Amino acid sequence: MANKDIPKLNDSDFEVVGTRSDETEILAKKSISFWGEVSRRFLRNKLALVGFVTLFLIILGAIFAPMISEFSYRQQNGDYNVSPNGTYWFGTDDLGRDIFTRVWIGARISIFIGFAAAIIDLIIGVAWGAIAGLKGGRTDEIMMRIADILTAIPYLLVVIILLVVMQPGLFPMIIALSLTGWVNMARITRSEILKLKNQEYVLAARTLGAKNLHLIRKHLLPNALGAILVTMTLTIPNAIFTEAFLSYLGLGVPAPLASWGTMANDGYPALANAPWRLFFPALFISLTIFAFNSIGDGLRDALDPKLRK
Amino acid sequence: MVKYIGQRLIYIIIALFIIITATFFLMRLAPGNPFASERTVPPAIQESLNEKYGLDDPWYVQYGEYLVNTVQGDFGTSMKYRYRETNDMIAEGFPISMTLGLEAMFIAVGMGVLIGTIAALFHNKWPDYLMSLIAVIGISVPSFVMASILQYYLALKAGWFPIAGWEGFIYSILPAVALASTPMAFIAKLTRSSMLEETNSEYVKMAKAKGISKWVVVFKHALRNALLPVVTYLAPLTAGIITGSFVIEEIFAIPGMGKYFVTSITNRDYTVIMGTTVFYSIILLLAVLLVDILYSFIDPRIKLRGGKSGGK
Repeated sequence: MANKDIPKLNDSDFEVVGTRSDETEILAKKSISFWGEVSRRFLRNKLALVGFVTLFLIILGAIFAPMISEFSYRQQNGDYNVSPNGTYWFGTDDLGRDIFTRVWIGARISIFIGFAAAIIDLIIGVAWGAIAGLKGGRTDEIMMRIADILTAIPYLLVVIILLVVMQPGLFPMIIALSLTGWVNMARITRSEILKLKNQEYVLAARTLGAKNLHLIRKHLLPNALGAILVTMTLTIPNAIFTEAFLSYLGLGVPAPLASWGTMANDGYPALANAPWRLFFPALFISLTIFAFNSIGDGLRDALDPKLRK
Repeated sequence: MVKYIGQRLIYIIIALFIIITATFFLMRLAPGNPFASERTVPPAIQESLNEKYGLDDPWYVQYGEYLVNTVQGDFGTSMKYRYRETNDMIAEGFPISMTLGLEAMFIAVGMGVLIGTIAALFHNKWPDYLMSLIAVIGISVPSFVMASILQYYLALKAGWFPIAGWEGFIYSILPAVALASTPMAFIAKLTRSSMLEETNSEYVKMAKAKGISKWVVVFKHALRNALLPVVTYLAPLTAGIITGSFVIEEIFAIPGMGKYFVTSITNRDYTVIMGTTVFYSIILLLAVLLVDILYSFIDPRIKLRGGKSGGK
């Protein structure tokens, strides 16, 4: 009955449109690259973002603050142990030096030590781990045994002994920090390479005649990059902490250079009457360690496909 | 099991041999010597000093003697304080350091697990945020800063605790808390994430479905499994607490081993530096071995096998 209401359709009512390939081939949503996805998820993590901004501000301060400050970090101004005020924002120390300027100079030294130690760790550790992982067998066994024995030796003890021998200084500090620090990086890289090297695409590349070096550079390292990056981000605060720790033992960078650790160490005896001398360097050590740790954690979460939403 | 322990002991001995050899030769390279700070010594006295400490023997004789002495457990005489034996310093300082260390470990594990569990049970509610904040502060603030702050506010300003020294239990509270703050935060983080994983697992749902009360599920089922990663962390924790105590003992003027070690560094007292380093290494290596064995008892899935790097 209802059918009668529908008008009859014939061929002339239809129109041939053909294949509109130009429209159907277009993706409705822009495809996101791997690193695009990672950065998107990283930016959604509030704690990591706070850490990132903190670190950015500290690095900015380390670069520019000493330039705009009217005092130099080693200039003795004749005002001893002045509490923070309009002229000396963070106060002065027992030699009348401006702590605001010194904190930012200290930032340069501390962050430089952190990055330098992490980069040396990166170079040695990644090379060691990649070779051990890819070669496998006897080479792997021997290389990892050496790493095992190195980790058996307590890290801080080695650093202390080396600094006693080399005399405290900026470069001895970096060398001492990275001499056993690379082992962790080597472990991580090796386990990533072991995971990756048995995958089909590596086999395919091998079948096409790819050499080991090419495999490492083009296929294995880019895919292991995430884990390596996370390890590196977490190495930096460790190095900064160790440097500050060693300064407390009197093995820090020698004066008039200032790192946060040596400043905190100098400020500690004056805690009762000039607490700002310990407070500011300690605050910046803590902020930096916090920033790197939260960036590292955020990166790890962003890289973890299990947490993908 | 026996084979595994035997193999591990061999590695420990190799590692110790390397440590002893390395410290011996590094100390020979080190500039300055403990006698240098005294007034210019007549050559005759210098000679007799060298003779007394065997410094004019060829290096292989010194090295050989050092090895033999160390194996016998004799770490030599201090070069700075005449007639002070390194062994006496260790005997005096070690019990104090160990008391402090055990107390700190107790606080770190106890509080860490508690904070982590609370955070996981109230996931994404205010207790979780509060506990996570505590953990972030604990990880970010270095132990020596924490020690200075505690000493200043709780001891000097408030007067609740003695400022420094070692004369009873109350003296050990602040140093132990300062020493424990960072590892506590790590343990809290570990516990929280593994606890979250466990509470979402099938067997916990099953237990809940059977009508078992919430607390029994939490403590008897989830927490027991969630603690496994914490046990793995015990070995680095031991290392961290032992080395961390160098600075803490210095700040609180505690006459433990850490203080002797630090003093020997400033004095360039080579025999004491070498002796304490070797002693520390022995303690640390044995502690790590102990934790690994303990772990195999706690987690039946772990089988101790001959040491393959990946197998541990």
